[in-house]
Amino acid sequence: MNRSSLLAAAALAALLAACDDNPSPPEYGANPQLPEQQHGLLPSMKIAAPASWGDRRPTVPEGFTVTAIATDLGIPRQTLVLPNGDILVAEGRGGGAPALRPKDVIAGVIKARGTTSVQSGNRLTLLRDADGDGTYEERTVFADNLNAPYGMALVNGQLYVANQDALVRFPYRDGQTRAEGPPEKVTGLPSHINHHWTKSLAASPDGRFLYVGIGSNSNITERGMAAEADRAMVWEVDARTGAHRPYATGLRNPTALAIQPGSGTLWAVVNERDELGPNLVPDYLTSVREGGFYGWPYSYWGQTLDPRVQPQDPERVAAAIKPDYSLGSHVAALGVAFSSPAMGERFAEGVFVGEHGSWNRSVPSGYRVIFVPFRDGAPAGPPVDVVTGFMGEDGKTYGRPVGVTVDPKGALIVADDLSNTVWRVAVADRSPTADAPSDMGSATTDGN
Amino acid sequence: MVAIVDHRPARAIHPLHAVLLAAALPLFLGGLLSDIAYSRSYEIQWSNFAAWLIAGGMVFTGVALLWAFIDLFRAGRRRARAVVCFVLLLVTFALGLVNAFVHARDAWGTMPDGLILSVLVTLAAALATWSGFSSFRLGEMRLGEM
Repeated sequence: MNRSSLLAAAALAALLAACDDNPSPPEYGANPQLPEQQHGLLPSMKIAAPASWGDRRPTVPEGFTVTAIATDLGIPRQTLVLPNGDILVAEGRGGGAPALRPKDVIAGVIKARGTTSVQSGNRLTLLRDADGDGTYEERTVFADNLNAPYGMALVNGQLYVANQDALVRFPYRDGQTRAEGPPEKVTGLPSHINHHWTKSLAASPDGRFLYVGIGSNSNITERGMAAEADRAMVWEVDARTGAHRPYATGLRNPTALAIQPGSGTLWAVVNERDELGPNLVPDYLTSVREGGFYGWPYSYWGQTLDPRVQPQDPERVAAAIKPDYSLGSHVAALGVAFSSPAMGERFAEGVFVGEHGSWNRSVPSGYRVIFVPFRDGAPAGPPVDVVTGFMGEDGKTYGRPVGVTVDPKGALIVADDLSNTVWRVAVADRSPTADAPSDMGSATTDGN
Repeated sequence: MVAIVDHRPARAIHPLHAVLLAAALPLFLGGLLSDIAYSRSYEIQWSNFAAWLIAGGMVFTGVALLWAFIDLFRAGRRRARAVVCFVLLLVTFALGLVNAFVHARDAWGTMPDGLILSVLVTLAAALATWSGFSSFRLGEMRLGEM
């Protein structure tokens, strides 16, 4: 496109953005109202304007403190709390899908403005708080030369890591600070194009199976159906042999997986398709049914057809499952973790969800960590803000939450891939040491 | 302010302007044919071709439009024809721009709007090219004024 059409594009974007200046608020829960599809000329974009945290801190609820336990990381995405309390941080950026159309060239430049410019770490960093005072004084590189590691799971003495192109494992002993050598490959993972490159991971409680979330290779099949082979699904991988089978399909981008304590059920947060309007399509939290089909690409939220996909597949659409819980459209949920009673009464039963935040909504959504309360093992009630203040009223964006992990000691670990920080949100009155008050000083609990 | 006296027996369209005008038409036509191919085959690569061909057509149309705009002030007594050429190019550019945005939609989202717009923009480009090439005639260009 030439310069004048770019200028016109900018003008049009402003015009279109003005049209949906106040989209109705996102719909949460099991039965979101789905508005009519909009097929505008341009998606309304609002890209995060990165800014330094300075003396600011994320906002946490009353009775919690927040501290940065690691900074200057190489794009932290997901974290894992090891049995001895050490924290592993997977750092990296993957992808590299070629631009196919003029649009991809332009959108790529615009979207890159809202993300960090540091190099992909491609490593696992280990953080250790030996004396349990909430300060992680020891930091070592557990493993490096990985390929955009994302999902992690520890089971039966094996640390499994989902790189963007392969599932690998390291033997792990309690207290280890450095892997003994390069990892062993369990199985290759679909990585051709890798439009949605993140490979999320969870392990079955008995350690026999690993579940790998594999995102679609497009927003809505614009790279062709051939590129979607083995995409938009969760694989079940046999830990012993590396053999895999699709466990559930039609999940556009299952960016984080978690096993529900007690029931052993697999849950996922899934990012849904764009460019149908500010309130379509809701990203969701759902239990993942074995053999289930969740609609992508043909339909969403059950049987609502997406006309951008041709030819359609009515038989599969008829079998499409409605997800359990709408998180709101474009929030970009990238982390999920089941809570534990150690997090306090309010947050005892439910899941934490890290929301990276929208890029194509005139009123941004996400940019926070929420808590979805559960009752009797299922979501019950509206989401509660847990960590906020990542984006200011002025659009200045200090951080973008990704992975969330519950530390059994009573803390929530939040990876922030914009400021390259790992945050620790701890229950204040459980902090075992005397310097807890200084921690409290850094927490902004008054909602500013 | 430069007065141009054309001593040649015929002063046709400027060769460079001719290239710009003539280049847009086959690109838009290629976009239209690609759209037709996509609509019949669902093969996404045709849609990618269409998007690039239309973007290419827009580059040439944009420069030709700028040229035609300047010509408005140089056309002298043949101003009416220059205005027609300019307006047709402007219509081509506007339709092409909307078409480029429609082709930025994903997958079948370009259909059927993109196909209809490709027909319209190809027609507009054909008319603009026709009018551009027939604007100036032997002996009609005398004094150009800025």
